Amino acid sequence: MTEITRRLLLAGTAAAPFAGWRHVVDAAVPKDTVVFAKQIDDLISLDPGESYEISGGEIATNVYDRLLRFEAEDLSKLVGGVAESWTVSPDGKTFTFKIRPNLKFHSGAPVTAEDVEFSLQRVVMIAKTPAFLITQLGWTKDTVKDLVKASGDTVTAKITADLAPSLVLSLMTSIVASVVEKKVALAHETNGDYGNGWLKTNSAASGAFKLVSWKANESVTLEANPNFRLGAPGMKRVVIRHVPEPASQRLLLEKADADFARDLTPDQIKPLAGNPDIKVESFKAANTFYMGLNLGYEPLANPKVRQAMKLLVDYDGMVKSFLAGRFFVQQSFLPLGYFGAIALTPYKLDVAKAKALLAEAGFPDGFAVKMAAPNAPPWTEISQSVQQTMGQAGIKVSIEPMELKAVIGQYRARSHQIAMLSWGPDYFDPHTNADSFVHNDDNSDNPKIKPIAWRNRWFIPEITKDMLAAARELDTAKRAEQYAVLQKKVTEEGPYIFMFQNNIQVARRATTTGYTPGPSGDLSYFRKIKKS
Amino acid sequence: MTARSLAKRSVSILVSVGLTFLGLTCVTFFIGRVIPIDPVLAIVGDKASNETYARVRAEIGLDLPLPVQYWRYLMKVVQGDFGSSVITSHPVLQDLLQVFPATLELAVPALFIGVVVGVPMGVVAATHRGRWQDQLIRLLSLFGYSMPVFWLGLVGLLLFYAVLGWVGGPGRLDVGFDDIVTPVTGMITVDSLLAGEYEVFWNAVSHLLLPASILGYLSLAYIARMTRSFMLAQLRQEYVLATLAKGLSPWRVVWVHALGNVWVQLVTVIALTFGNQLEGAVLTETVFAWPGLGLYVKNSLFNADLNAVLGGTVLVGVAFITLNMLSDLIYPLVDPRARDR
Repeated sequence: MTEITRRLLLAGTAAAPFAGWRHVVDAAVPKDTVVFAKQIDDLISLDPGESYEISGGEIATNVYDRLLRFEAEDLSKLVGGVAESWTVSPDGKTFTFKIRPNLKFHSGAPVTAEDVEFSLQRVVMIAKTPAFLITQLGWTKDTVKDLVKASGDTVTAKITADLAPSLVLSLMTSIVASVVEKKVALAHETNGDYGNGWLKTNSAASGAFKLVSWKANESVTLEANPNFRLGAPGMKRVVIRHVPEPASQRLLLEKADADFARDLTPDQIKPLAGNPDIKVESFKAANTFYMGLNLGYEPLANPKVRQAMKLLVDYDGMVKSFLAGRFFVQQSFLPLGYFGAIALTPYKLDVAKAKALLAEAGFPDGFAVKMAAPNAPPWTEISQSVQQTMGQAGIKVSIEPMELKAVIGQYRARSHQIAMLSWGPDYFDPHTNADSFVHNDDNSDNPKIKPIAWRNRWFIPEITKDMLAAARELDTAKRAEQYAVLQKKVTEEGPYIFMFQNNIQVARRATTTGYTPGPSGDLSYFRKIKKS
Repeated sequence: MTARSLAKRSVSILVSVGLTFLGLTCVTFFIGRVIPIDPVLAIVGDKASNETYARVRAEIGLDLPLPVQYWRYLMKVVQGDFGSSVITSHPVLQDLLQVFPATLELAVPALFIGVVVGVPMGVVAATHRGRWQDQLIRLLSLFGYSMPVFWLGLVGLLLFYAVLGWVGGPGRLDVGFDDIVTPVTGMITVDSLLAGEYEVFWNAVSHLLLPASILGYLSLAYIARMTRSFMLAQLRQEYVLATLAKGLSPWRVVWVHALGNVWVQLVTVIALTFGNQLEGAVLTETVFAWPGLGLYVKNSLFNADLNAVLGGTVLVGVAFITLNMLSDLIYPLVDPRARDR
């Protein structure tokens, strides 16, 4: 008996420090906190007048309220955000927004029409990247103060460009329509920057969450705003931790040190299927994966060659094998889920037909061509597959793998032959993509804008006119028809091989629910997340 | 040491530091300008208008000739202004003061492991040359040398964090311990002790343990190999035989006399190892989500954030120069002959 007691005592003494150790090592995530494991090194600014990266957009969505919104409850329905109601003049040029009473900023100050006026004007005045979203309404630094005006509890916004009201209203749901507290922004103004320097890392907002901290390359912490107009969010704190390595994200999720893992690769997702504590969900995203063919390279200028190349991609083979679950075939410049988008899949791998077309075009033995592609998955796999299938008809594709930004650099300089890339829409309206893929009425070397059609030297003044007509069409049904015609035309004639639209796969703890990433950062809401 | 030789030595150190610094900034600056990533695009994104693009390009001075850009940069750096990072929006110096302590927090225990375990291992391997102890140590060192740190990190995490639960996971702290301690030195372990927050301290230690051990293992592998070969050279010296013949215990001959003569060389090896660790172990930091210097510089490089890359490089350069000078100072302490030089 004595012996056992002594042994027990010894064992107990030896284990005591480890019991304490367990306690510190296994510190669970608090019940009212949700943790995302995610790559957020793209984050460069949290100012909604400047932020244009995916991570920044998502945080702004949750921190700032916007004039109008597509809310988490129904992502397809346009509703008022800060605006209670709105009217559009019969000529479609004047938009009047009535601001909700009793809304408060995180500071406690009321949200007023003057703040809305300031916020819209500010985006144009600081002229950062997202400014193009609203300068297309015809607003310039010289005119915006006359065109956007507050009076009492309303804000009147006049546009000078010819655009469909639905498009203008969609723009009022985008990041640039975030309402910034004027007094706070101006209190931190330096050199007439409208508070931009300060707002890069701070906030002056009225959204569902308050920004607590952003530690670059480490984490972003948000805290619930209990006074949010749609009620307090389900979670008190949201922590987005920068975890660059997907395998580490998976381990954090499995150990319940993270509630969501956002960047898992397919080989990590597969084994999670058997884990009852973890659920993997797939959501339709809105990125278009395609190849841009530069018409400045002689063989690619031949329409028959382009037709042949569109038949030399194994679309189905890829989505059934290494892209399974993450991509589906959509051969259009519009992603499904967007107004006017049609499901389009006219091309399948057909080597014989492609060879015949190449022979007709005068390239019976094919030709050599260089393809710039980002040096990361899934680009590497897709480009290898394309290289292999094009090779079957004699087209010798040499892949030039490089950093994504280097591909974009070549693309903007029009020095590529083929560039493999993806494109994400900027706001919830078909014009966002149409204006890039189908806009080139100035093919000179230094035009005002460099849309994708220009980058591929596809000079299309006539089709551009049709595209702009669709942008300003007031009749919604007619507008949808115009986009359908455009999509078919661009897929067939354009210098693009449209391949896929993607799905977002999110792995979460089974007990944490209520998060949908939405097709873009603009629609990624944290406030409905709950933990049981 | 006379006043004259002291002055001469100081001047020569200053000149060599100055030249090293100049070469470092020059090479990094021009490499940064020829990499095929457009720094303006990194700031404004692919969708910016030409007007925004041109304005930002002018704002960061890229429209000026390269030598002018370099000269301007140099003048600012001399005044302690490294410019601002485009990806964090902070002054680079502020960023470096934040990420460097994280790296230091990792590098110091790693070096400690490397020295405290590596040196004795090297000595044992040398004294047991060709026997099983030597073979075992060689095997361990080779393993440390040849395993990719990335793999070691992931396997370590899987085993010690996910399966056994002995250590904390990726990151410097658990979420529940975030923002409790106000940063003073930037090293969470130190700051939490200063603040008397012992739970935070132990949590930080639990997160530090694995990455520091892995980095420590890598430096241990190197230090043990080097110690072994230095020791072998010493053990062949005649004085070893003489002291043994005089009746000194073999233990004393090896650990005091032979090892004592090896320290000068070892100090250099250790300083270099430490320097390498301060550079920031990019892969370790990636796997362990450790916001240190390596990750910062890598991320800056991929975003063509040249101010940050240059700032990071200069810091590493300064660390190497300092370590070099420190080891110069340590030589006389471990080798009496160096005192008169």
